[in-house]
Amino acid sequence: MYKIIAKRYLTPQIALMEVEAPRMSHSAKPGQFLIVRVHEKGERIPLTICDFDREKGTVTIVTQVVGASSRQICHMNEGDSFTDFVGPLGRPSEFTDMRDDELSDKRILFIAGGLGTAPVYPQVKYLHERGVTVDVLIGAKTAEMLILTEEMKQVCNNLFICTDDGSAGYKGMIPDVMKMIFEEIIQGKINEGKMYEQAVAIGPMIMMKYTTIAAKPYNVPLIVSLNTLMVDGTGMCGACRVSIGGKTKFACVDGPEFDAYLVDFDEAMRRQGMYKKIESEADHKCKIGLDNN
Amino acid sequence: MRNKIPRVPVREQDPRVRVKNFEEVSYGYNIEEAMLEASRCLGCKKPACVTACPVNINIPEFIYFIEKGEIENSATTIYRDNSLPAICGRVCPQESQCEGSCILGVKGEPVAIGKLERFTADWSRERGLKFIEKSPFNGLKVAIVGSGPAGLACATDLARMGYEVTIFEVLHEPGGVLQYGIPEFRLPKDTVVRPEIENVRALGVKIETNIVVGRTVTIDTLMNEEGFKAVFIGSGAGLPKFMNIPGENLNGVVSANEFLTRNNLMRAYDPEYDTPIYVGKKVAVVGGGNVAMDAARSALRLGALVTIVYRRTEKELPARIEEVHHAKEEGIDFRMLTAPVEVLGDEKGWVKGLTCIKMELGEPDESGRRAPVPIPGSEFEIDTDVVIMSLGTSPNPLIASTTPGLSTNRWNCVVADDNGTTTKSGVFAGGDVVTGAATVILAMGAGRKAAAAIDQFIKTNR
Ligand SMILES: Cc1cc2nc3c(=O)[nH]c(=O)nc-3n(C[C@H](O)[C@H](O)[C@H](O)COP(=O)(O)OP(=O)(O)OC[C@H]3O[C@@H](n4cnc5c(N)ncnc54)[C@H](O)[C@@H]3O)c2cc1C
Ligand SMILES: Cc1cc2nc3c(=O)[nH]c(=O)nc-3n(C[C@H](O)[C@H](O)[C@H](O)COP(=O)(O)OP(=O)(O)OC[C@H]3O[C@@H](n4cnc5c(N)ncnc54)[C@H](O)[C@@H]3O)c2cc1C
Ligand code: SF4
Ligand code: SF4
Ligand code: FES
Repeated sequence: MYKIIAKRYLTPQIALMEVEAPRMSHSAKPGQFLIVRVHEKGERIPLTICDFDREKGTVTIVTQVVGASSRQICHMNEGDSFTDFVGPLGRPSEFTDMRDDELSDKRILFIAGGLGTAPVYPQVKYLHERGVTVDVLIGAKTAEMLILTEEMKQVCNNLFICTDDGSAGYKGMIPDVMKMIFEEIIQGKINEGKMYEQAVAIGPMIMMKYTTIAAKPYNVPLIVSLNTLMVDGTGMCGACRVSIGGKTKFACVDGPEFDAYLVDFDEAMRRQGMYKKIESEADHKCKIGLDNN
Repeated sequence: MRNKIPRVPVREQDPRVRVKNFEEVSYGYNIEEAMLEASRCLGCKKPACVTACPVNINIPEFIYFIEKGEIENSATTIYRDNSLPAICGRVCPQESQCEGSCILGVKGEPVAIGKLERFTADWSRERGLKFIEKSPFNGLKVAIVGSGPAGLACATDLARMGYEVTIFEVLHEPGGVLQYGIPEFRLPKDTVVRPEIENVRALGVKIETNIVVGRTVTIDTLMNEEGFKAVFIGSGAGLPKFMNIPGENLNGVVSANEFLTRNNLMRAYDPEYDTPIYVGKKVAVVGGGNVAMDAARSALRLGALVTIVYRRTEKELPARIEEVHHAKEEGIDFRMLTAPVEVLGDEKGWVKGLTCIKMELGEPDESGRRAPVPIPGSEFEIDTDVVIMSLGTSPNPLIASTTPGLSTNRWNCVVADDNGTTTKSGVFAGGDVVTGAATVILAMGAGRKAAAAIDQFIKTNR
């Protein structure tokens, strides 16, 4: 089955797991996701493929507790197995199609909000190994909620950090700190005054929305990865539909990455809340269940 | 002289009771009823019913055995041509296939071929009979993409010939539409679908779930690196269509596929399961096929008041007659000659209504059916919290786009001839992925023809 061979907590609410999935490890590419089910009666939960090791035949996932099913995932331990683990799903990041020489003179900024750092990491690593100049901006609420900063330092050129309360790095929210970085580039204070050819933002929908608004005046092409609701993840149900430039797209097969400037974020955020009430009742029941144990 | 009694009726769950549960509507015949109904068959010399069955089951023979009370022999006859009889007996549109051509139907009512087939299949399953004679393994591997009726039928025939067959399925449960689309009250999963699939496994067929062909592995990898001599694509037509009318992305608008998948595959109706479903108080279902009926009747059982909105008249409803009849008995409101023009939302972005326009039938279109034409100024509003779009589906382009050399037409259907031969050597296809959404038994027929063609292909290329 799909055995968990290593697990560690990155914060009390975020767990990293390395899972045996030989076929998937061979075909996975940065930007793709998978779907996991914890038990026979469980939901199908989409998670980003955060890393893969073809020799070991493993795939790494990072899960944050937000409700009942993500809690079940995080409660799994080393040696346990997932009932189902399917992928890779979705389209790989665009740059995985580019030749190394096309890539090498590029300058890219990755912007990661909270848990978004996990999916950003393999992309940065991939590009770094191909000689691309990659900078990373990581933001979180407080210093304790930052993840993977040490790992990231090893694979990027400049690492910028910000927290809402200033307990680590710059004090402020991601969109503002990103603007500050752009301004410093324009003024020639950093990066020899060279603007990024591409930016990629991954994190909560609300963070991606405001990052997109803030980036627009700078004309930096921006990609976001949309974490919509999903059921099958294969294009069969349309639960994941989003409006991109006024056209309906399915995030699971047409995405999950899209041109940020074309995304209708307000609709996407509203649609994410479709089952909020039902889910929070389920989570409440589930916590009561745990207390009784 | 044959028994000139009227067609033996089948016992069903009372509509007032069944609207509150997901148990099967039709109880099927018991042995006395089955033998009595079987006595109506004339045992025609040139049976029109057999020609009209896409897998050409020897219908007079299996019915003859029922009449004699030799049910095991009846089952042997059926399983020769159909590996999923308990399923087909329940869901085939018999009125347009076998029963539609039964000679008794000319003047009166046709023999209840479907109900009899179901009887024999249920009887044998309940007694644990297996029909697993097969040739010994020949060491030749064939891959099948998709575990719907097309894939299962193809796998059955190839396994019987001795091939080593592996089915690759992307979902966590095999069965295709039988599992995720058709509801429990029409086709029970644990008691009917799973055991029939187990019978296919019992022939030595391997089913690998959680594999996305085109992503986890490609068809080229299967053939060039994993040693499969041929591949059959039976990946169905699962991509739902939407109308592209305003308001379609409001909270509360879902495709029938999403609604049914949540309820069937993920079993949202059962509180023990984690997947949520949103039903609201009132549901409008747009469409008139089997899928629309299934979505409507599922929503009803989940507690909603349900309206079906269809742009032609009842005569043109593409759903099986039995399903329309059941839906009406259960109290579903049918609005014919009605087409939606806009989904209305409240200030928070949730559905609150559906604006529709009345239609009239105009001149016949290319399909020969009279085309519905809107009546100007006839717009009106239906009060509803949920809109389920059931407008048809098309094949998912993923496999075609990751398989160089495989041609598709402009509806994304894989191009294949009558035997399933595609434009790529060694690759065959059949079922909904070739024809677009059709029926279970047509998909099985296509799977069987492709199995014969694959056998031929491998023998000539060895
Ligand atoms: C392509 C993709 C990649 C993802 N990658 C990761 C990942 O690497 N790690 C990770 O922890 N999570 C990831 N997610 C989000 C993850 O799937 C959801 O957190 C999970 O489904 C929530 O399930 P739950 O039952 O725990 O919470 P629920 O009880 O369903 O929901 C709790 C709260 O979270 C919100 N929510 C529900 N589903 C989502 C969703 N899909 N995205 C955002 N908010 C949601 C709800 O509105 C609700 O407010 C990804 C989602 C997608 C679509
Ligand atoms: C709700 C509903 C009700 C219906 N009612 C009836 C009825 O009453 N009577 C009737 O005769 N017909 C009915 N039909 C139609 C009938 O179910 C289909 O025509 C039939 O199932 C088609 O069979 P198939 O094997 O071609 O495809 P499917 O049954 O669609 O199976 C295809 C399988 O392939 C899998 N797959 C797809 N892509 C991949 C991939 N890339 N990798 C791996 N696996 C993949 C899918 O997950 C699926 O399991 C109904 C359909 C629906 C949706
Ligand atoms: S398989 Fe379908 S069409 Fe053929 S005899 Fe049975 S019910 Fe009729
Ligand atoms: S056509 Fe009707 S009567 Fe004749 S063999 Fe078939 S089922 Fe029997
Ligand atoms: S999740 Fe079902 S179509 Fe995207």
